[in-house]
Amino acid sequence: MKLIFEKSCGGHRLDLLPPCDVPVKSYPDELLRKKTLLLPELSENEISRHYTKLAGRTFGVNDGCYPLGSCTMKYNPKVNETAAALPGFTKIHPLQPESSVQGCLHALKLAETLLCEITGMDRMTFQPAAGAHGEFTGLLLIKAYHEHRGDFGRRKIIVPDSAHGTNPASASMAGFTVVSIPSGPDGCVDLTALKEAVGEDTAGLMLTNPNTVGLFDKNILEITKIVHEAGGLNYYDGANLNAVVGIVRPGDMGFDVVHLNLHKTFSTPHGGGGPGSGPVGCKALLAEFLPGPTVEGDGPYRLETPEHSIGKVKAFYGNFLVVIRALAYILTLGREGIPDAARYAVLHANYMKAELSRDYDMACPGLCMHEFVMCLEELKKQTGVSALDIAKGLLDDGIHPPTMYFPLIVPEALMVEPTETESKETMDEVIRVFRKLKERAVREPEAMHELPLTAAVRRLDEVTAARHPKLKYEAETE
Amino acid sequence: MDLKELKYTKSHEWVKETDDGCLEIGLTDYAQKQLGDLVFVNLPMEGDEVAAGEPFADVESVKAVSDVYSPVTGVVDAVNEELLDAPELINESPYEAWLIRVKDAGEREELMTAKEYEDFVENEG
Amino acid sequence: MGSYIATSVQEREEMLASVGVGSLDELFADIPSEVRKKGKWDLPPGRSEMEVLAYMERLASQNQVFRSVFRGAGAYDHYIPQIVKSVVSKEEFLTTYTPYQAEVSQGVLQSIFEYQTMICRLTGMDASNASVYDGASAAAEAAAMCRDRKRNQVLVSATAHPDTIRTIRTYCFGNGMEFLLVPEKDGMTDIEFAAAYSNAQTACLYVQQPNYYGLIEDAGTLGAAVHQAGGKYIMGINPIAAAILKTPRECGADIAVGDGQPLGMPLGYGGPYLGFMACTADLTRKLPGRIAGETVDAKGRRGYVLTLQAREQHIRREKASSNICSNQALCAMTMAVYMAAMGAEGMAQAASLCASKAAYLRNGLKEAGFLPVYGSRPFFHEFVTTSPIPAGEVEKQLEKVGILGGLPLAEDRILWCCTEKNSREDMDELTGLLKKMTERGGGL
Repeated sequence: MKLIFEKSCGGHRLDLLPPCDVPVKSYPDELLRKKTLLLPELSENEISRHYTKLAGRTFGVNDGCYPLGSCTMKYNPKVNETAAALPGFTKIHPLQPESSVQGCLHALKLAETLLCEITGMDRMTFQPAAGAHGEFTGLLLIKAYHEHRGDFGRRKIIVPDSAHGTNPASASMAGFTVVSIPSGPDGCVDLTALKEAVGEDTAGLMLTNPNTVGLFDKNILEITKIVHEAGGLNYYDGANLNAVVGIVRPGDMGFDVVHLNLHKTFSTPHGGGGPGSGPVGCKALLAEFLPGPTVEGDGPYRLETPEHSIGKVKAFYGNFLVVIRALAYILTLGREGIPDAARYAVLHANYMKAELSRDYDMACPGLCMHEFVMCLEELKKQTGVSALDIAKGLLDDGIHPPTMYFPLIVPEALMVEPTETESKETMDEVIRVFRKLKERAVREPEAMHELPLTAAVRRLDEVTAARHPKLKYEAETE
Repeated sequence: MDLKELKYTKSHEWVKETDDGCLEIGLTDYAQKQLGDLVFVNLPMEGDEVAAGEPFADVESVKAVSDVYSPVTGVVDAVNEELLDAPELINESPYEAWLIRVKDAGEREELMTAKEYEDFVENEG
Repeated sequence: MGSYIATSVQEREEMLASVGVGSLDELFADIPSEVRKKGKWDLPPGRSEMEVLAYMERLASQNQVFRSVFRGAGAYDHYIPQIVKSVVSKEEFLTTYTPYQAEVSQGVLQSIFEYQTMICRLTGMDASNASVYDGASAAAEAAAMCRDRKRNQVLVSATAHPDTIRTIRTYCFGNGMEFLLVPEKDGMTDIEFAAAYSNAQTACLYVQQPNYYGLIEDAGTLGAAVHQAGGKYIMGINPIAAAILKTPRECGADIAVGDGQPLGMPLGYGGPYLGFMACTADLTRKLPGRIAGETVDAKGRRGYVLTLQAREQHIRREKASSNICSNQALCAMTMAVYMAAMGAEGMAQAASLCASKAAYLRNGLKEAGFLPVYGSRPFFHEFVTTSPIPAGEVEKQLEKVGILGGLPLAEDRILWCCTEKNSREDMDELTGLLKKMTERGGGL
């Protein structure tokens, strides 16, 4: 389809702003831009249709099953959107006097209190805008903690090799050296390897539990104890919290700092890649290092920066309107609904896993938490049909593919996370399509490489895109 | 190019001694096949120092990035800038597509002959 | 209790039977009892939608929505075209994930490609990413891009937004880059200092245009100063002002960043906003975050993919120069729809309205005894005045009548801002009130 620039044929416009009611100011020429600004010239109707057409080429949670492992693509409730669109939130300037923003501060304080109870933490900052941003923030808290105690030798962060790529990247960004330790085939931490890795240079450990293979690491208390005894701190990557929210708390597992993904566990929309929100909670020993300001008092509320704050990771207080959505969600579910979300997320994953186990190999047999990893290595060996082919085949039946080729420790991996909000009927349909694809892979493997057949485009050439990047539109006349 | 004249590393680089006493380093055919279609090469700058056993460059495919190791300690005399615009040359003719030329070569890793490398690859695969 | 679970009791039992367990709790058998929370969870009971919405409305009502806003300082009250809200509330855009599956994500990918094109045109740069968290973090990410083995020092102008300065400083605490603040001189970046301290260790210089005080910096000279020492030049710009002012490229910038909030995003108590980032061609592969690129599919049809992914954390892991893995996609779309709706003419009109109204208000305030502090310097839509009465008192009195006054910077300094939303009538009312206050020595 045409780009918005190609649709622009000149002269069309919207009439949005009133004429100037004061003397018009002009600037000397040397301050003005020389290059003409070229933007589309379209009517409102033309813009509206353009984006409606783009929407038609976009697959959202509302379009069908979205079992994208580790992304928790649950339903995004409408009441959250209504709450976040209230003028009493949207029209509030971040630098208004405290007396005029008591509602915002109350909302932040309440969200902090509830999420601290859910995670077993003592304090929380909402400044980080995403999970990775939260990781960076949490690791800086660990860094500040050690340095504040005069312990400058703790430069290493231990990360299991089954971890999300953000973990080691965040550790690097926070100035740490990454020590990768092997995981067992079940993705669980190898205790011997951990014991060998810790020492006087250990700043901390980063861990996801349940891990990226979808299993709860039973040794969690021993793991966090090993790190604590070596003088390190434990960081909980909240990417997989949806499996255990309301069931068990990172704080009780021995973690000192945690980030949450409000856009995963707490139902705020992903928006095609953001805006999300990655609040960071911590135990009391780290609270004095939190980014400032935090909300203090219990009405009237005030903003204060902690004494030894690491500084800011972003302007103002974070993605506030995303926090509002998450707060509406937590208040809706409440103490019964929150653990129920985890229970059904886990039930649904186990149901799909049990059913699909008849036709597909699993990276790890037995029960799983909120997601499971299929291993298509054997299928590929026998038929040449890869995880990618199966994933693309799902598209023809209106199903979004699972996460592909992750975790890295499982070859030909497909990671499936149905979430609690899918119905059995939908899951049965997904299972049926998976089976159909397996049968077809055996029967006519060659045809599988051609899938999908119905999408607007098919198997785009990523090699050329990366070799000779074309990152913007250039009209022939430019 | 006569592959027998080249020396090889366990990390799949080839090394060629030039007439003026420099060493050219590239990736073997086996390496490029394992890496798949390359989309970018990160090269050092002329004058940079390289160390035996340490990475001096990395090569990117669409979904992976791999380090390229130097078998010698020395100074980068030249880099093959052609590769910056056309990384596919490594896939197309790996033994022509040298990455860097090293001068003042000092310490060297143990290198394999063509025959030894052939056996090594066979055992590894 | 509200719930979004679609599974009936019967379906639950069927699924449990299929899994081969007797109850939901059995699924959690792997979690040792000693890890479980002792005692009750201190959470409120679930509530109906009606109750939740009423509660949220009550919270919102505890905030004061000002009828007239004269405050900016990093968040600006601009008019948001209705088409913007309509487009970005479409469920497909709202609920979709990062466009990794290109076949079913052409809509989002194309919108990002269009956004990148618009950012390049606005800034004059060659390449843009798909956006980062906000203007402050974009500045910090840009500084990290400029680091190399020999250059490890970041120079940051003291006239940048305080939150941007703090954010860059925090990132430096993380990655170990050395942070050096270039002092201000009469409201502007001290050019002599910047030149004197740019050397072989300098990775980059960051300057905000217009600066925190609203003044238009001598951006070209500053760029030349850092370039002379071989460092990179980063400009943080206001995207409305960019419609008329010299582009970062024309000022010699290597990287242009900024906060996209003025283009279609509500104030929202500070977020979500978006950080835009664009650079010259030679730095493209150092850009952090997602980038969409054009390519063709198996049948030769034009399409878009996320590209240059080998830069990113999910591939490069601990060697990645940034850990960022999301962008603010919906905010990027907001900004793109805003620019399409306004067009170049509308953007220039908004910029002109902002500047004209600020000039008008500055004159009015002068008559009320609030004198411009940096009198002769060119400025855009913000400016600093003195305050004949304590600045906090001015703020408090105006709050009472529904006006959000300028931001108190010190007891006798106020930072004012105007946008196209401030009518002449509102400005006259403000200056009238201030005149009265000055005459009475405070109070209304």
